[in-house]
Amino acid sequence: MLYQREVLDTPQWWQGLDEMIASEREANPGAVQTALIPVLHYVQDRFGYIPPKSVNHVAQALGVPTSYVCGVASFYSYFSLEPRGAYTISVCQGTACFVRGSQAVLDEVCRQLKVSPGETTPDMVFTVSDSARCLGACGQAPVVMIDDDVYAHVQPQDVQGILTQYIAEARREMQTREELAEIDARSNHE
Amino acid sequence: MTATETLHQLKQAAKPHLALSPERPQLLVGIATCANAAGARRTRDRLVEELEAAGLADGVDLIQVGCVGRCSLEPLVEVRMPGEAPRMYTEVNEERAAQIVRQDIAGGKPIATWLLDGGATLGEPARATADVEPGEINLFTRDWQHVKFFARQLRIALRNVGRIDPESIDDYLAVGGYAALAKVLDSMTPDAVVQTLIDSKLRGRGGAGFPTGLKWKLTRAEEASPKYIICNADEGDPGAFMDRSTLEGDPHSVLEAMVIAGFAIGAEQGYVYVRAEYPLAIKRLKRAIEQARERGILGEDVLGTGFHFDIDLRLGAGAFVCGEETALIASIEGKRGMPRPRPPYPSVSGLWGKPTCINNVETLANIPAIILKGAEWFAGIGTEGSKGTKVFALAGNVNNTGLVEVPMGVTLRDIIFDLGGGVPEGREFKAAQTGGPSGGCLSAAYLDTPIDYDSLREAGAIMGSGGLIVMDDTSCMVDIAKFFLTFTQDESCGRCTPCREGTKRMLEILERITTGKGEERDFERLQRLCDVTARASLCGLGQTAANPVLSTLRHFRDEYEAHIFDHTCPAHVCRSLLHYEVDAERCVGCGLCRRVCPVHCIVGEPREAHTIDLEACTACGACFEACKFEAIVRR
Repeated sequence: MLYQREVLDTPQWWQGLDEMIASEREANPGAVQTALIPVLHYVQDRFGYIPPKSVNHVAQALGVPTSYVCGVASFYSYFSLEPRGAYTISVCQGTACFVRGSQAVLDEVCRQLKVSPGETTPDMVFTVSDSARCLGACGQAPVVMIDDDVYAHVQPQDVQGILTQYIAEARREMQTREELAEIDARSNHE
Repeated sequence: MTATETLHQLKQAAKPHLALSPERPQLLVGIATCANAAGARRTRDRLVEELEAAGLADGVDLIQVGCVGRCSLEPLVEVRMPGEAPRMYTEVNEERAAQIVRQDIAGGKPIATWLLDGGATLGEPARATADVEPGEINLFTRDWQHVKFFARQLRIALRNVGRIDPESIDDYLAVGGYAALAKVLDSMTPDAVVQTLIDSKLRGRGGAGFPTGLKWKLTRAEEASPKYIICNADEGDPGAFMDRSTLEGDPHSVLEAMVIAGFAIGAEQGYVYVRAEYPLAIKRLKRAIEQARERGILGEDVLGTGFHFDIDLRLGAGAFVCGEETALIASIEGKRGMPRPRPPYPSVSGLWGKPTCINNVETLANIPAIILKGAEWFAGIGTEGSKGTKVFALAGNVNNTGLVEVPMGVTLRDIIFDLGGGVPEGREFKAAQTGGPSGGCLSAAYLDTPIDYDSLREAGAIMGSGGLIVMDDTSCMVDIAKFFLTFTQDESCGRCTPCREGTKRMLEILERITTGKGEERDFERLQRLCDVTARASLCGLGQTAANPVLSTLRHFRDEYEAHIFDHTCPAHVCRSLLHYEVDAERCVGCGLCRRVCPVHCIVGEPREAHTIDLEACTACGACFEACKFEAIVRR
């Protein structure tokens, strides 16, 4: 997924961003700033984070200082200014999950991946969220969400099994990519 | 043509095979975030496959509905055969899904052991949808009167949740949807609508309990234009999920109420501000808005009456403080979501400085029913100061986790023990936490207090948005206070000093206490900090941040004392105050604890009693969990 980050950076996509801002400008003339948060969502949905290049672009298109865009992006915990791993793990820290032992689950996730909450594994496969707010699935507590997959009633001993699937998936993707790169290199050579 | 006639035409043009049709065999599958976590999507896919395999794909309707509120038994599948009482299958995994189709649907033999309440008593045969009067609110209870969990509920805000397909406007129309809007447009003046709301005595369900009718009246009285309606769906309280459930299960009822609000106060534009953490609610809201526009219910000419009203979505971005109305407005305007001093209130100067009416999801969901059934009916439910019902998200250490809607004035005991089925594993009830990080913990002494806005406030908690977390004797109340303070401290936007610094200092003290470094003077310090933060903070976040500390100090002071004076945690939660020892009498020397210890601090020869090196031990409890001979002692 995110291994294709460079592929996502296309002229068409940037054009789409400009069109989005233009239509917001039309809908709310004089208050085009209202588009900022939807635009940041749009950028993060694409890249998994808010790349520096997009901050400047958005600031210019909306006619606000870059510092303003940074200020807003850093205020909201949903937006990340740092690249994230291919999978984001959120161990719900809502009250119901907390009461049912989610702290032990988070500890186990961090122990397995050797990171602290908020950090990304060096191989860029996992980011462990440090701001996992209530996911609203309190009836299934404790809950873990990996990207859009939700796991119910997770106990520390289940963590390894869950992570293994994603590691395997990531390995497969890496391998495919390396093979593709090799093929590319070979064809270039020829 | 009147709005009612236009609405009638829309109903005539509806797609066939609507939910709750009594003529056709139907399977209703709950598809909502909580159900999906339990695997409801896989269940649905399996049902589709099995129906096809049995050649029943055309004869049986498979319909997705919202969450019926019985979360701990998800995935739930309701079977509705013509002329038979509906039955609800619980914990339907793929295997059960296959058997239900083969044995019950195809074979005609219901599997009683998998049914809700064992299917001991089945209800009446399903009634025809055509019988549904506009404003019908007992769609649920009429079928499930025999199940205790549902029978004690009165569903007004949740009247359609779990009954209809939330992604189909036709289903909503079939159960009387948009009839309230048509009634308002055809036969009521804006003032009459506002008066109905005032007479109903509906209070805001988002937390503070401000009278909704008064809010509408104030916004209506402003002369500036344009005006705006905002639906606050930034449900941030940890442990509360009633708004998510409503939006996922019945988005149109919220949209309908927003259009009514627009008519009443004179607004032409509405916004729904919804959390980005709720992808399914967002998807269903988007679809509902599109469908309402297609049918001419939103847009230039609402139901052919010339009234203009449209609704757009705005997504939150993970800031709890944006649930506060002025912060929410700042966020829609594209700013950092920080609150500002009030007055002026949003009803005078809100979005872009214009008069703005902000209502919570659950508040809005009540309104179509109030319009159709009348203010008197609504005001006849509940207690003196709190009318109608309240939805509670029942979670934590309770058997029947789920969503319940009960009349105001019901006791905690009714909710936790009757509906909730009590505390699991025979443990003892210790506390109920209401109102999230702004609320408080109530002890067993409050189990028989009727719940409404005023009684909860007197007890040191608040109604809040309706999160109700049950705690048993495995929860440490000092740790819980610390948990909430960590949350509010993290979410404090930093604009005003009392909240920014007050929450930080309170948290530091709580951290000291839970690590055994508390002092007697900490009681006094905490009390003073609570007082200042509550009185001097700019917005509700800071003003209520002290409640979890104050309420635990008040109702569970003995636990603080145990931490401070005896350096023990009675619930065995606070790790720094715990230590583990091996009971040499019971230890058989199996070595299991030695192998599971992550820091290798347990030593011992095989078949001889082991010992724990207390210096190296991190009190993680792995050995305690692992030992099969109860030879590890926790103190």
